[in-house]
Amino acid sequence: MSVTTEAPKRVEEPRLSHARDISRPGFIVKLILMALINALGLYGILAAWAQDSMGVVAFLVVALIAANWVYFSKRAVPAKYLYPGLVFLAVYQLYVMGNTAFVAFTNYGDGHNSTKAAAIEQILKTSDRRIDGSSTYPVAVVGQGADLGFAVVRDGEVQLGTMDEPLAPVAGEVDGDRVAAVEGWEILSIAEIQQQQNEVLGLRVSLSEEPADGWLRTDNGSLAYVARSTLSYDEAADTFTNDEGKVFSADPDRGLFAAEDGEELVPGWRVLVGFENFAKMFTDSRLSGPFFQILVWTFAFAILSVATTFALGLFIAVIFNDPLVKGRRFYRAMFILPYAFPGFLAALVWKGMLNKEFGIINETLLGGADINWLGDGNLAKLAILGVNLWLGFPYMFLITTGALQSIPGELHEAGVMDGAGPWRRFRSITFPLLLVSVAPLLIASFAFNFNNFSLIYMLTGGGPNFPGAPVVIGETDILISMVYAVAFESGVKQYGLASALSILIFVMVGAISWLGFRQTRKLEEIL
Amino acid sequence: MATKTPKVQAPVLEGANDVRLKGGRWWGKVGWKHVLAVFIIAYAIFPLLYVLSASLSPGGTLTGSARLFSEISLVNYSELMDGRFPKWMLNSLVVSSASAIGTVVMGAAAAYAFSRFRFSGRRGGLTALLIIQMFPQMLAFVAIFLLLLTLGDVFPQLGIGSHLALIAVYLGGALGANTFLMYGFFNTIPRDLDEAAKIDGATHAQIFWGMIMRLVTPILAVVGLLSFVSTYGEFILARIVLNRPDTYTLAVGLYVWASDERNAPWSLFAAGAVIAAIPIIALFIYLQKYIVAGLTAGSVKG
Repeated sequence: MSVTTEAPKRVEEPRLSHARDISRPGFIVKLILMALINALGLYGILAAWAQDSMGVVAFLVVALIAANWVYFSKRAVPAKYLYPGLVFLAVYQLYVMGNTAFVAFTNYGDGHNSTKAAAIEQILKTSDRRIDGSSTYPVAVVGQGADLGFAVVRDGEVQLGTMDEPLAPVAGEVDGDRVAAVEGWEILSIAEIQQQQNEVLGLRVSLSEEPADGWLRTDNGSLAYVARSTLSYDEAADTFTNDEGKVFSADPDRGLFAAEDGEELVPGWRVLVGFENFAKMFTDSRLSGPFFQILVWTFAFAILSVATTFALGLFIAVIFNDPLVKGRRFYRAMFILPYAFPGFLAALVWKGMLNKEFGIINETLLGGADINWLGDGNLAKLAILGVNLWLGFPYMFLITTGALQSIPGELHEAGVMDGAGPWRRFRSITFPLLLVSVAPLLIASFAFNFNNFSLIYMLTGGGPNFPGAPVVIGETDILISMVYAVAFESGVKQYGLASALSILIFVMVGAISWLGFRQTRKLEEIL
Repeated sequence: MATKTPKVQAPVLEGANDVRLKGGRWWGKVGWKHVLAVFIIAYAIFPLLYVLSASLSPGGTLTGSARLFSEISLVNYSELMDGRFPKWMLNSLVVSSASAIGTVVMGAAAAYAFSRFRFSGRRGGLTALLIIQMFPQMLAFVAIFLLLLTLGDVFPQLGIGSHLALIAVYLGGALGANTFLMYGFFNTIPRDLDEAAKIDGATHAQIFWGMIMRLVTPILAVVGLLSFVSTYGEFILARIVLNRPDTYTLAVGLYVWASDERNAPWSLFAAGAVIAAIPIIALFIYLQKYIVAGLTAGSVKG
């Protein structure tokens, strides 16, 4: 990076650059900070290496070298100021956007969570059965943070193992045939075990590094038995064979093991599936119908939200932009209260107000009516627009007031001279000028509402749901809340499909912003 | 009250000459606006009154909330203080303040670099930021979740469930969203000041921390407060990152309380909502002038 400041070129100075001048107190501070950053970075590189996360290792190495170069070089002055922001931007915005694009072309999700090796291990462990005549162990279920493990008395000593680590001796106390305490781990009570029932039932702790020895599992949290897989994996042929001789062979295109008759083993692993996720939205008949309805509603919601809030805001601004009305400051403070009230709280409060049985709207305002505001598709859409009108009109009121006041009074007077009536003046002078200055904000507002997740999610949760759709989506869902439902709320999590939907949103938001940009310029050229 | 100059003889502006209109003419020109204002105020504050009333109702559930101010008691507020609510409030304040400070410092540093130095990649960098600005970070929330799953294995402090991770995610969106606002403001500070300081032997760091940062304090305050307010109300990222009730922010915690309509501790939620809203409303009323000025400036500049 070559730097030329706009200051007149200084004569080459003999003195040290302050980037390396150790006599300055700032240098000491920098040294300490850089030492900390380097220590953390090295720790991260080692930890990532141990976890086999090569991507993280590569990033940390590059970032660390860049940091040291940037802050100890006497050149690269702008980089010293840009570096911290750029690192965060690179990781939490650019990388995640890139990764969204990548994941959109994979089958990542529940059942396809990890690598093939992990999937094979998982298949072996989940298709297990108790070994006949094997011994049982009184077991203590132990926890350490989110990690779970089994502690048993085996070969006369306390042994502990987890999902990833086979049984190994540890320091602990024994009470009878049961482990009473383990150093560094907490023994879970019955109640705690019940809270994490699925995790405990799914826990398999290998007896040794050798899968053929089998593993411990428990059905009740107090007794564990030795189980072994009913499937055997043949590495050379890349197939699983079960005890009836049925062969499941790997299908690299779909990322799973399947038998001739179509039976599949879970889990599978992550593979690239090309445009399958995108195609699914349009061709899977159970999904495409709801998807198109959601697409239409997303646009309708965003356009109507902007239109209604702008209309009401402008109406109020025009009426109260009148010096004869006293107390306008007070009115303005009152009018913008909904804007000051945090949006997420407003959605939740309105949800309570619109409740069918107990909400104040039905109960008091409508005298005990029985209107199912949030349960009926069309009413729910109306309710969403109504709530958004309440939330959004103060903003439009504020910006249109500002824009109205910046329109020169002479234009108005010129209109009067030419004999234009109030409506004509508004339509031909005020409104077009106003539009020039607020158009970018209207487009921004459109883009905001296009992705107004919290309003939809908090008010209706997307409901009422479409019956029969393969994911939990409803009539009032917009695209972004559909992404959330696909990724997190629909039994089987489908990150691949969710990312593909996100990409569609990216494309649309990009197009809207670009159009907005052009439109603004065009308006400015005309007027 | 601006009085129009008497030169303008147009009939529509007639009333403006006579500031004190009377009777029917006053009603026709001004009076009905006050009536309308009362209706608009009622519309604007009705939900706020409702939540205040619900928070004072000792009933507990949504059932009794439909009659405004029928009973008044502070029992919900004292109950609120014994539960998780203070923790959520603290979480929200910590996360929002840390994000706001980080956003301001990183944004200001980047704006300083773009405004004061000429380096290769400067134009490209500004254009890239302009484009990135169009895509809100939260659109990629699925990938953010997946990233935190991976990072959590390496640095548990940056994984799912940690406040630090959430702050880091928010900081990732900082540069894209705020640099431009600050960049414009930095450009209004005369460059002569920098040069004078440079001649006096000041380093670029001394110029930045000692001089520029003081001169741009207003924009730092605006960006910091806007960032605070938006983080305070941010829901989707907080929802996917924070997984234990003790770590929830207000947005997530209050959502969980309110989402179960039948058994929800509705009046507890209402009391929480009142307390959660107070700092934000206070900020807005206090800063109204600046916010309005900022919005207008944005709209006029386009």
